[in-house]
Amino acid sequence: MPKTLAAVMGVGQTHHRAKREDVSIAGLMREAIDRALEDAQLTFDDIDAVVVGKAPDLFEGVMMPELYLAESLGAVGKPLLRVHTAGSVGGSTAIVAASLVEAGLHERVLTVAFEKQSESNAMWALSIPVPFIMPVHAGAGGYFAPHVRSYIRRSGAPTHIGAMVAAKDRQNALKNPYAHLRNDKTTVDTVLASQMLWDPIRFDETCPSSDGACALVIGSEAAVEASAITNPAWIHGTVMRSEPTTAAERDQVNPQAGREAAAKLWKQTGITNPYDEIDCAEIYVPFSWFEPMWLENLGFVPEGEGWQATERGATALDGDLPVNMSGGVLSSNPIGASGMLRFAEAALQVMGEAGEHQVAGAKKALGHAYGGGSQFFSMWVVGSEKPS
Amino acid sequence: MAVRDVAVVGFAQRQMKEMDGSPTCVEILVPIFAELFEQTGWTKSDIDFWCSGSSDYLAGRSFSFVSAVDAIGALPPVNESHVEMDAAWALYEAWVKIQIGEIDTALVYGFGKSSAGVLRRTLAMQLDPYTMTPLWPDTVSIAGLQARQGLEQGLWDERALAEVSSRSRTSASDNEYAIRKGATTVEDVLAEEVYADPLRRSDCAPVSDGAAAIVLSTAEAPGFDKLSGRAAWITGFEHRTDSITLGTRDLTRSPSAALAGSAAGSQDVDTAELHAPFSHQELILRRELGLGDDVTVNPSGGALSGNPMFASGLIRIGEAARRIWSGESSRALGHATSGPALQQNLVCVMEGRS
Amino acid sequence: MTSVQESRTLHAPMKVEFDYTRSLGPVLSQFMTGLRRRQVTGGVLSDGTVVVPPPEYDPTTHRAISEIVAVGDEGVVRTWSWVAEPVMDQPLDKPFAFALIQLDGADAPLLHAVDVDSPADMETGMRVRVRWAEETVGAITDIACFEPLPSSTDAGSELPNEPGSDAEAVTGIVSPVRLAYDYAASPEESKFFRGLAEGRILGQRCPSCHKVYVPPRGACPVDGVPTTDEVELPDKGTVTTYCIVNVPFLGQKITPPYVSAYVLLDGADIAFLHLILDTEADEVRMGMRVEAVWKPRDEWGTTIENISHFRPTGEPDADYETYKQHL
Repeated sequence: MPKTLAAVMGVGQTHHRAKREDVSIAGLMREAIDRALEDAQLTFDDIDAVVVGKAPDLFEGVMMPELYLAESLGAVGKPLLRVHTAGSVGGSTAIVAASLVEAGLHERVLTVAFEKQSESNAMWALSIPVPFIMPVHAGAGGYFAPHVRSYIRRSGAPTHIGAMVAAKDRQNALKNPYAHLRNDKTTVDTVLASQMLWDPIRFDETCPSSDGACALVIGSEAAVEASAITNPAWIHGTVMRSEPTTAAERDQVNPQAGREAAAKLWKQTGITNPYDEIDCAEIYVPFSWFEPMWLENLGFVPEGEGWQATERGATALDGDLPVNMSGGVLSSNPIGASGMLRFAEAALQVMGEAGEHQVAGAKKALGHAYGGGSQFFSMWVVGSEKPS
Repeated sequence: MAVRDVAVVGFAQRQMKEMDGSPTCVEILVPIFAELFEQTGWTKSDIDFWCSGSSDYLAGRSFSFVSAVDAIGALPPVNESHVEMDAAWALYEAWVKIQIGEIDTALVYGFGKSSAGVLRRTLAMQLDPYTMTPLWPDTVSIAGLQARQGLEQGLWDERALAEVSSRSRTSASDNEYAIRKGATTVEDVLAEEVYADPLRRSDCAPVSDGAAAIVLSTAEAPGFDKLSGRAAWITGFEHRTDSITLGTRDLTRSPSAALAGSAAGSQDVDTAELHAPFSHQELILRRELGLGDDVTVNPSGGALSGNPMFASGLIRIGEAARRIWSGESSRALGHATSGPALQQNLVCVMEGRS
Repeated sequence: MTSVQESRTLHAPMKVEFDYTRSLGPVLSQFMTGLRRRQVTGGVLSDGTVVVPPPEYDPTTHRAISEIVAVGDEGVVRTWSWVAEPVMDQPLDKPFAFALIQLDGADAPLLHAVDVDSPADMETGMRVRVRWAEETVGAITDIACFEPLPSSTDAGSELPNEPGSDAEAVTGIVSPVRLAYDYAASPEESKFFRGLAEGRILGQRCPSCHKVYVPPRGACPVDGVPTTDEVELPDKGTVTTYCIVNVPFLGQKITPPYVSAYVLLDGADIAFLHLILDTEADEVRMGMRVEAVWKPRDEWGTTIENISHFRPTGEPDADYETYKQHL
């Protein structure tokens, strides 16, 4: 029996900010959920199951917060799942929600991912001193900077590539009313002039820390047909792959799990030339250099050539392969929701609802997330048409 | 409605009072996986999907599940996911993945070192962070509120609670993994002092460390023939949640357990492994799941004999499956709970087939 | 510390402590603001019932709760349990009762503590009254606990008609979370840390892929089996890649800028992170040969910190081909 076709029927997100002091955790999530339900023209009564995703519980200091949130999320009497796969969690959560529909178990599933990072301090939560070990770097930037250096060495990329990505994403963010960072003065030169934090990563090449949430309503083909939604984002394929954080001779620049996940996804969706066949991509880029790195990892370009695609403007909003039309993680980063925001932007593009950052005529889009030490990957391809 | 037949074909566990080892639990997961490969005759390449359940707050650090991936030997990379829940829900996620029809097998594991912190205090972090957690209501106290309501409404009495705990401990005698076990009478329990009035220590699950894992397979899996027919076929798999609010719930009931049970077909089982960390919760669950007096409840001793958090629910399903493999049961259920006072509940019903 | 040597694994206390800052949103803000002025409030649900504390959303209509009403500060115990051994930060640091208390004017009970000396002083149905904290700040702990009312007291506290008002609402709370854990290293890591206490760097080889891991692993991440055969490694190696840290952070021990680098010890198959000092940060290179600088022996413990840092050996840089598979 073939799997049930599933589609994104509704998308909602919060205005992402450094501190959303006007809302509680539930209030933040409901802002995204209520928008998603409205977009899907549904109510809580139409929802069969709820899937929640977020990054470490230590960020908000609540253990398994979906338990206390059950009532606010309209989950009472229904199945409630909580996914946690590190930074890729927003994507994994959407995939788990989609699987409930694809398996034929539910008609309409609400999924929501969030982080209210202002309740604590992400740097603290990620770097609690472990006995016997010495902390030598600071937070995620310190973790990833050496691998960015490795990429630059391996690919021979010129040093301004990271600044080009940052300037592009920040300019894209100006077109996205929900984006956290909004600075219309950002250019390649201002990025290059910003403080070097974890050399080779500059301040303007890093993601912010945000409060925010994202929600999706995913429904079956039958649920779409029974609704007034005429422009759903059909889910063509989903994939998750994981590998260890550290292993002898593990490739941390172009991780095998990412390569294999992408290859599987392209095969699943019948895509033979992703660079030509994907109309736009939202890729998890928390540090600017990850754009060229992931372009290679995803198989859009051969290894070592990702920076050339960025440099020639292929990833700009009007390029061959627009990347991070929403402004990306570099412009808004509520960690647990960041992956789902990528998946949501891909959906918005093929639904034709991306507003000022819409890529004209987008028919197939990629949503991508990664987490841990570049070791957990989740991706999907959505399309304006049903998969053939 | 589920369309694909999936069976529990492997189960391994470790339970201990205090594990002298790392909170990543890698050192107990490695032998558990090895045991499963011995049971099934499979290798890791026979596993299509891996899924785990664990908690950062149990370990006291973010991303505590990440190192556990090492125990898999995850290069080449694996198709893998994780829930911040008891691994029974990870089993559900894996079962759903198999239902889609693209994979046939899964290995699901859960682990936790409860003894690393003060468990009953750590679990207060699960409550409403604005109006409850600042008071640090511990798990035992919350269970006591629930137990007293049933006592005062005449739903159960001290003797009924003692019957549950003495039977659990006696049944656990044959369970090599049980922490609290040995022939015990109702009088033995009633002679114990009341510890957290109305509860005796025997009414509360022991703080336990441990891990467990289950292998799922369809009949179409290439390695299915190697299993020599050892399969507990899943006929119903459901879970539901209630509100966390203690004040607006009737604590003597568990609507989510009843909903999950009736959807999964809990009524006509002959054996039930119930995840009841407190003795009165077994009585609530029996009622909500519609289990008659002829149903064998917790032949393993249940959670009162050992309750490694985030694996304990999965263990209940494994223990139920084992009874089907051995022919002791023809239809059994495994149950898992999460949250304060039976807030969230899962029921997996399995049957044997010749 | 000979006892450390006797146990199978190394243990050390680990603390997870943070003062969380929680913004409240409209409903909880009204509840906390009420507590600050020593008034308990509840939310009116769509079915007309009054619930304390007010839920943020109606359980039936799922809409935000909009009506908040004051309830009494006296009420009835609906159920209770005895806390014989209180844990840290509970409302009372001597044995007490937790109870669900239905305040006058409310339809659902609130969870809080009751201060009595023994379980014999507790009874379902007994009347209790709020004991306010000396200073109220707008938090659930403004209610220090409840205390029993004399049995002669008439039922029914005097109800305020409507919630009071305040010039400035409470919009956030600070929630300290203090958790203490016993951290244990794995048996393999424990061997490594104990080796460091003797000035030795002990790796282990995976019995399956034969790669040398340092620190040794409870499971080789490729093969899923513990590393076993011990390999003592020299304290000399090659920088594979690195970053220059310019950002100050909590608990930092060295003033930036400094270099955090992956050092591949000679004979090891995996690099580990450490500091490169005794040279200008911008002199550090990929392929640079470095050696460990140990702290004075009397400062050694079972920790990687026995190695203060690595410094350049002055040898020619390693050829890229020798370490590129580690990038």
